[in-house]
Amino acid sequence: MVKVLLWGTLRHATDGQAEVEVEARNFKELLDQLVAKYPGLEPQIKRGVSMALDGRVYREAWFTEIRPDSEVVLMPYMVGG
Amino acid sequence: MALDTPKRTFKVVGTRPARPDGMDKVTGRAMYGADITAPGMLIGRILRSPHAHARIKSIDTSAAEALAGVRAVLTSADLSVPEDEFIRDVQDNCMARGKVLYDGHAVAAVAATDAATAKAALKLIKVTYEALPHVTDVDAAMKPGAPIVQDGRTLENVPAGMSANVTSHSEFGHGDLASGFAKADKIIERSFKTAATHQGYIEPHACLASVAGDGKADLWCCTQGQFFVRTLCAEIMGMEASQLRVTASEIGGGFGGKTTVFIEPVALALSRKSGRPVKIVMTRDEVFKATGPTVSSSMDIKIGMTKDGRITAGEAHLRYSGGAFPCGTVDMGGQAAFAAYDLDAVRTFGWNIMTNRPKEAAYRAPGAPQAIYAVESVVDELCQELGLDPLKVRLKNAAKKGTKSSYGPTFDDIGLVATLEAATSHPHYTAPLGPNQGRGLSCGFWFNFGGNTCVSLNINTDGTVGVTEGNPDIGGSRASISQMAAEELGVPYEKVRTIVADTSSLGYNDVTDGSRVTFSVGLATIKAARAAIQNMCARAAKIWGIDEDAVEWKDGAACPAGPNAGKFPPMTLAEIAAVSAETGGPIAGHHEVNADGAGVSFGVHLVDVEVDPETGATKVLRYTVFQDAGKAVHPDYVEGQMQGGAVQGIGWALNEEYIYGEDGRLQNAGFLDYRVPVASDLPPIETVILEIPNPGHPYGVRGVGETPIVPPLAAIANAVSRAVGVRMTELPMSPPRLLKALMSKG
Amino acid sequence: MKSIHVSTTVNGDPAEFICTPDETLLDALRDRLGLTGAKEGCGTGDCGACSVTLNGRLVCSCLVLGAEAEGAEITTIEGMATGEALHPLQQHFIDGAALQCGVCTPGILVAAKSLLERNPDPSDSEIRYWLAGNLCRCTGYDKIISAVKAAAAEMRSN
Repeated sequence: MVKVLLWGTLRHATDGQAEVEVEARNFKELLDQLVAKYPGLEPQIKRGVSMALDGRVYREAWFTEIRPDSEVVLMPYMVGG
Repeated sequence: MALDTPKRTFKVVGTRPARPDGMDKVTGRAMYGADITAPGMLIGRILRSPHAHARIKSIDTSAAEALAGVRAVLTSADLSVPEDEFIRDVQDNCMARGKVLYDGHAVAAVAATDAATAKAALKLIKVTYEALPHVTDVDAAMKPGAPIVQDGRTLENVPAGMSANVTSHSEFGHGDLASGFAKADKIIERSFKTAATHQGYIEPHACLASVAGDGKADLWCCTQGQFFVRTLCAEIMGMEASQLRVTASEIGGGFGGKTTVFIEPVALALSRKSGRPVKIVMTRDEVFKATGPTVSSSMDIKIGMTKDGRITAGEAHLRYSGGAFPCGTVDMGGQAAFAAYDLDAVRTFGWNIMTNRPKEAAYRAPGAPQAIYAVESVVDELCQELGLDPLKVRLKNAAKKGTKSSYGPTFDDIGLVATLEAATSHPHYTAPLGPNQGRGLSCGFWFNFGGNTCVSLNINTDGTVGVTEGNPDIGGSRASISQMAAEELGVPYEKVRTIVADTSSLGYNDVTDGSRVTFSVGLATIKAARAAIQNMCARAAKIWGIDEDAVEWKDGAACPAGPNAGKFPPMTLAEIAAVSAETGGPIAGHHEVNADGAGVSFGVHLVDVEVDPETGATKVLRYTVFQDAGKAVHPDYVEGQMQGGAVQGIGWALNEEYIYGEDGRLQNAGFLDYRVPVASDLPPIETVILEIPNPGHPYGVRGVGETPIVPPLAAIANAVSRAVGVRMTELPMSPPRLLKALMSKG
Repeated sequence: MKSIHVSTTVNGDPAEFICTPDETLLDALRDRLGLTGAKEGCGTGDCGACSVTLNGRLVCSCLVLGAEAEGAEITTIEGMATGEALHPLQQHFIDGAALQCGVCTPGILVAAKSLLERNPDPSDSEIRYWLAGNLCRCTGYDKIISAVKAAAAEMRSN
């Protein structure tokens, strides 16, 4: 299981939990599992999310490997100037 | 891709060679957006709304169409309605559909044989409006009962019962705020407002579109991202990407403002309708009214601190308006607000609210300057109240490697402590000050991005090198990319020429934004060079009749890897290139990647100001920028980013603002009344580059372009406070506003 | 509107063009003579990107009519280098990284040359006030001031 830290706004879809656990070996599985387990997350995941894995931010990259002890943080899709 | 080695000596990277586009730019030969022409070209012009908010009852274009010399007239009725909401917003911003949402919103366009005819034709278009109530202030727009800019745009994350102008809500942070504030010896709560500002690039938007009868189209334009322009325009026009080739001209400044389209789809649609090439160049008035300024904001900040300067909790409520469309910039502000601090309890709450203002476009570190201005102002006020040194307090609370950031992830190697220490030991920090003078400082932060990137690197048969990349060069990136190619290949900088490709010549590249280009394109260039090197080593191995593995690349030549490989004199890149036809054909390397590992960026700015108590005018006396740049590839242009960003921030702090009248119309759409800093306003901007290698890049490069606009707002507000004892909670601190504050202080 | 025939001198060469009575010198230079080095940043004389000289006087060409060029001597950025040899200002702008996007550069070079013709040894402050009518949004002006000083020093020593 991978622990995923969600930003505050997403807690409405996870019964108030700021951290959830899903079975996932990569970013794609993680997103799929999150949607399966917490359908309320789907609109935001469809709009776009970034993932910080052990401190490094990925904007896409489905097949980025996630280890069970990885620190995973979901973030809104990042935009810049 | 990881850092090669923490301690590497470079030959080309870190030097300051002449930029490849320098000669063209000092002689007037460089071709910008408005400099491009085509045979048979028509001139396009756009009719804009005089209303802040109105329903379009009817548009009668018949008289304009009948005018001699007019070849096409366009309204939103000529465009289909895209299903995708994002594309629909972009299109509706380029040409209003049903309602006009802000002063300057496009309602119709014409293409005519010359500019005078086009202008005359605009006057013949009859638009009947039904004026609607408008709202331009972010706080007013959030109130129940405010005029509704657009209905039905609210996301699921907004609690029920709020104004329909509130489109999204976000919350970030960790820890227990209540117990954090309970530990504080001093808590300060303040509310802030910042005006919308404009990127203020000197080159107005310009494009030339040519759609042929068979549907093949060309578009030349000044843009930060030709590939994204293609995506947007192809979607709006219902074209296939392969049929639309977009070529980026030289770009006269962007700063985020040229990351979307305003006139490009209009020119394409006019060209398709008229069968002729159509050129559109915006006036400065149009640039201010109808492109993408930054968000305006209203913010509440609460921070607690112990007597010895430890921040115990931080809370921010951010209300941003990105104009008449939904906008996600407040999410970036919420994540960036407290990024400089290692906090046990931190929470930010963000709201985006629609107003009758133009649709926001990115502006250098979008969303961060506002929030960090507010946070850094309160931190400074706590230091004043508790009698603490503001640099020591920041050092005490600074985020570092291993800190759980205020937006979630744990930081890797970052340079905040190093920049703070550099500021502490710099003579500027202890230089004497005179009456009405004050010194302020602020931290700044930006995330930096990587993203989709393609590079093609060709070894020419004469031993020179061509690099083809896909990101418009807005600050000298062709020089830094050439440097990295030269470094990797072991050839002189002068042997490499880097060009920016059109959309038919390379795979997709993300926009030049997020301080990503030197990082991502550099990374792809290094990988492309390594692929070419591998190929060249294989050629040498064949010539020598040894294993490929037994050949290594050293100082621009293939060499036997060790004594067992055999004794052969090194073959240089030029020697291998010269026989490439005989050894297997042309030699090239390419690399395609969605780059990650950009590495966040921190900076600290120190500023001395003098306030004239008679006029409220603030003069910047001395300014020093400290920033972690990772490995500085071309230090001149790293300094240039730090200086230019600081000065844009100075303008934001002191003068720049969008001023709307009661009628909802923009009152200062020109450089005379929207006052950007001029040379005589400023002192030299000193720079101190710190080079903490980014672990996510082979040379340790990290983005530098955006962070420097972040600190000036608070640094100057803090300096003003220390100079004259008033805390300015509204930007800009223009002379009338500061004078009023001074007078009410008494 | 009936067009006007204008005979003038641009960068030392005789030049003729026709323009409408309300056409700016900037538009005439760019659209009639193909000299696109001068840029329109504002069209209202606030940014200086269209700076040229008219009979030796520094002007914003967006505030001058094309018709006013009749019989006049105009110099633009295109006339600053001598063949392949750059003017010291141009060389120092490249060497000193005094440009980023470069769109304000032609106007700033023309204005700086005009300054050095009047004052071969300007102080920082004199340069900053002389160039106050030329907006640059990329550089923060720092490297521009340094490059003008360096060029002035080189020109004094020659």
